[in-house]
Amino acid sequence: MPSQQEIFEKVRQTLVDALGVDDDEVTPQATLIGDLGAESIDFLDIVFRLEKSFDIKIPRGELFPENLTAADSGFVQDGVITPSGIAELRKRMPHADVDKLAANPKVENIQELFTVEMVTKFIGGKLGA
Amino acid sequence: MRWFWIDRFLDFESGKSARAVKNVTLSEEHLHDHYPGYPVMPGSLILEGMAQTGGILLGETHQFQHVVILAKVPKLAFHSRVRPGDTLIYSARLIEAREEGGLVEIDAHCGDRLVANCEIVFAHLEADAGGAAANQKNFVFEFGLADILARSQQNG
Repeated sequence: MPSQQEIFEKVRQTLVDALGVDDDEVTPQATLIGDLGAESIDFLDIVFRLEKSFDIKIPRGELFPENLTAADSGFVQDGVITPSGIAELRKRMPHADVDKLAANPKVENIQELFTVEMVTKFIGGKLGA
Repeated sequence: MRWFWIDRFLDFESGKSARAVKNVTLSEEHLHDHYPGYPVMPGSLILEGMAQTGGILLGETHQFQHVVILAKVPKLAFHSRVRPGDTLIYSARLIEAREEGGLVEIDAHCGDRLVANCEIVFAHLEADAGGAAANQKNFVFEFGLADILARSQQNG
């Protein structure tokens, strides 16, 4: 079973390939959207590459949940994520640092959940590391 | 002019691979501007041919029920020029085909000579996505592009 460090190195290479960033930009704390410039379509590319690189299957929405903030979800009110929204995020993204978001639950902060470390933890969970 | 950048499929293995041919001819108007006195097939149109080959390969896996759009070209390299009289062969391999999209690797050859190779990520547009993109409903297939596959099978 690969170590967290080995997983991180492969995740780093995946993000370098998918996003065209330099490997020193891919730190555990880096956010995919804010720091690495990922756009929505890149998430599909990243999922394809992770599946290939780690020989795993990642069902749709498992790593990068969709429609988290849909108008009718009841998870967002006045630009702030509701407590039920935070609970939903904890359920759907156990690999993410939801505590940090809960401290400042503005809807635009959701994208900060998507960090390199989150991806690494997710893969670790998949591999049983 | 019709937006067909492949002429026929030579092989088609559903869900796996496809090979399509594009014959390049001086009667193509744009070659007289690109470049005057030295016609070269534009790289963007070679990419379009690769995308049409790969897009049909992916679309066929879901019986063309999804709106397949070119989302991203993570890798693309050109290696040599294509001139009138050349026969381009696009060889596509389906790497991923999922509910939300797919990934295809394609290379282009003239004979043994490598012309270009690329990876293309296609996305399936949600039917309820709305907006201009959705109005292009199946833009790849709507103009009869998928018929190239049907015709190729008749020819075969």
